[in-house]
Amino acid sequence: MTLSLQIFQFILSGLTTGSTYALIAIGFSLIHNATGIVNFAQGEFVMLGGMFMITFYSFLKIPMLPAFFLTVLAVAAIGQLLERGPIRAAKSKEILILVMITVGASIFIKGLSMIFWGKNPMTLPSFSGETPLILGGAAVMPQSIWIFGITMGVVVALNYFFKGTMTGKAMRAVAASRRSAMLTGIPVDRMILLSFTLSGALGAVAGIILTPITTTSYDIGVMLGLKGFSAAILGGYGSMPGAVVGGLLLGVLESLAAGLISSEYKDALAFLILLTVLFFKPSGILGQGRLRRV
Amino acid sequence: MGTKNKICLLIYALTIFSLPAILRNNYHLMVLNVAALNILVVIGLSLLLGYAGQISLGHAAFFGLGAYLSAIFTTTYSLPLWPTILMAMVITAMIAYLIGIPTLKLEGHYLVMATLGFNVIIYIILIQFEAVTGGPSGFAGIPRLQVGGWTFDSDFKVYFLVWAISIGALLLSLNLIHSRVGRAMAALSHNEIAARCAGIDTEGYKVKIFVLSAILASLAGSLYAHYITFISPGTFSFFYSIQVVTMVLVGGVGSLWGAVLGAILLTILPEVLHAVKEYNVLIYGFILMVVLVFFPRGLFSGIMEVFAQKKTAAPGDSPEPRFSEKRT
Repeated sequence: MTLSLQIFQFILSGLTTGSTYALIAIGFSLIHNATGIVNFAQGEFVMLGGMFMITFYSFLKIPMLPAFFLTVLAVAAIGQLLERGPIRAAKSKEILILVMITVGASIFIKGLSMIFWGKNPMTLPSFSGETPLILGGAAVMPQSIWIFGITMGVVVALNYFFKGTMTGKAMRAVAASRRSAMLTGIPVDRMILLSFTLSGALGAVAGIILTPITTTSYDIGVMLGLKGFSAAILGGYGSMPGAVVGGLLLGVLESLAAGLISSEYKDALAFLILLTVLFFKPSGILGQGRLRRV
Repeated sequence: MGTKNKICLLIYALTIFSLPAILRNNYHLMVLNVAALNILVVIGLSLLLGYAGQISLGHAAFFGLGAYLSAIFTTTYSLPLWPTILMAMVITAMIAYLIGIPTLKLEGHYLVMATLGFNVIIYIILIQFEAVTGGPSGFAGIPRLQVGGWTFDSDFKVYFLVWAISIGALLLSLNLIHSRVGRAMAALSHNEIAARCAGIDTEGYKVKIFVLSAILASLAGSLYAHYITFISPGTFSFFYSIQVVTMVLVGGVGSLWGAVLGAILLTILPEVLHAVKEYNVLIYGFILMVVLVFFPRGLFSGIMEVFAQKKTAAPGDSPEPRFSEKRT
């Protein structure tokens, strides 16, 4: 294989994982825009997505499509539970306290999942076979196309939701200014709840489509959450297009680094990028530079 | 430092140093020794949270840097013990400085994520860089703690050393918050903009507190390595960072005594519950969540307030925690 072909191959596989990072990054942005907090449990949503799908599809033998929607509903409900329960009950509404509550929730979910699903990694079959397609000389797994396609579908749907529907516009208003949104009669609490629900659903989708390629286990949440967060920072925290660009870019950079430099330190790269971006341009690639320095 | 603090410290030290007379069980002593080391880490974190309004989820990495740097340099390169521990502290401080500079300028939770990312990087390096760190199987044969030819080769002997260091660090920290620097930090924690207007270099103080907390963690790590004589990456995973932060939050934001109690309680608790060690993660997650939801000022703050009768005389003592962002 020539070097350029190899690089092409790496970029393709990078776009695949990058798509899931983008979904996680959007989840971070949604909750951040509605509440100003970083939801550490975002990665756990992804883990739960994979786990529920395995439970519904492989153990309960529910057909793939209904299992897919059941999983999304289940994880969205857990997202709601997180908001309805600890976040809403919190006596202090200080950002850092709320962030640490999601950290607690995240390891609590992780602990429960370990007890419930055990410690062994589990996997799902690919959605449509394992025969690789040849695309411009590079091999592409059908699952990669599913991942990329579903992610793009979700992004388009979200775009329509935020630009074309009343609820979506209300959520954007809340993101712009919670107080003015409240004054215009937007039910801010419901929008916050909705942002957690959507984030749960997005995490579930990411978990379901990623599991056939990477397998899943109870402890993958932290790493995936961090990758998604790095992607969000890279693209510009809180920005939707930024999340997509950041996610894809991070996936490609990671895949190139793993292929051309060393696969052992692949996971460290995301955080190196995170620290570099925070150092030089904390508003990210597509951020509006509104980040207030204290 | 006020009279009350002096009395508290005296009672605390007397209790600690008379405990071994009752506890002759090595296992109990070991748990308490680990508690002393956790206190070192927690004191730094408590200052960081209470006075800079920042949380670090990467102190396991600083703890690990201390442990591994001092293990590698004393064992592989046979450097002398105490200068190596000091050197580990200096290196850790420099790294913390590099992380703190970009992240502490930003408001919000960037430090949380950056330190967590750093923790993950260090963890990966400890596992992958097998030739130097011993990889997943760990690093063994680390020399024991020694002072002038006297070796601390039992839990009983180590007890007095680590607790002396731990109490010394507490004494210094209590002094620090009652000094000019401490008053500046208290001002910073109350209202950063006002503090800045009063000519306090708020950014500089935040970075300094962060570096100080990393140094304390590094010292604790070095002592841990030379005490247990064996270290493996598992000890320095992100979960330890969560544990120490939980200790601080259970103890209460901005209260050093609360943090000390939190550290002792949460070090002993899992040992008492060791029938359910599998559920350790679950328990920590649950405690962290419940305490923050219902007692955002810490579990002990109520008890401490009664005990100290709401110290109004010492304004620098337990500042209201101030977080960098408001939920508008």
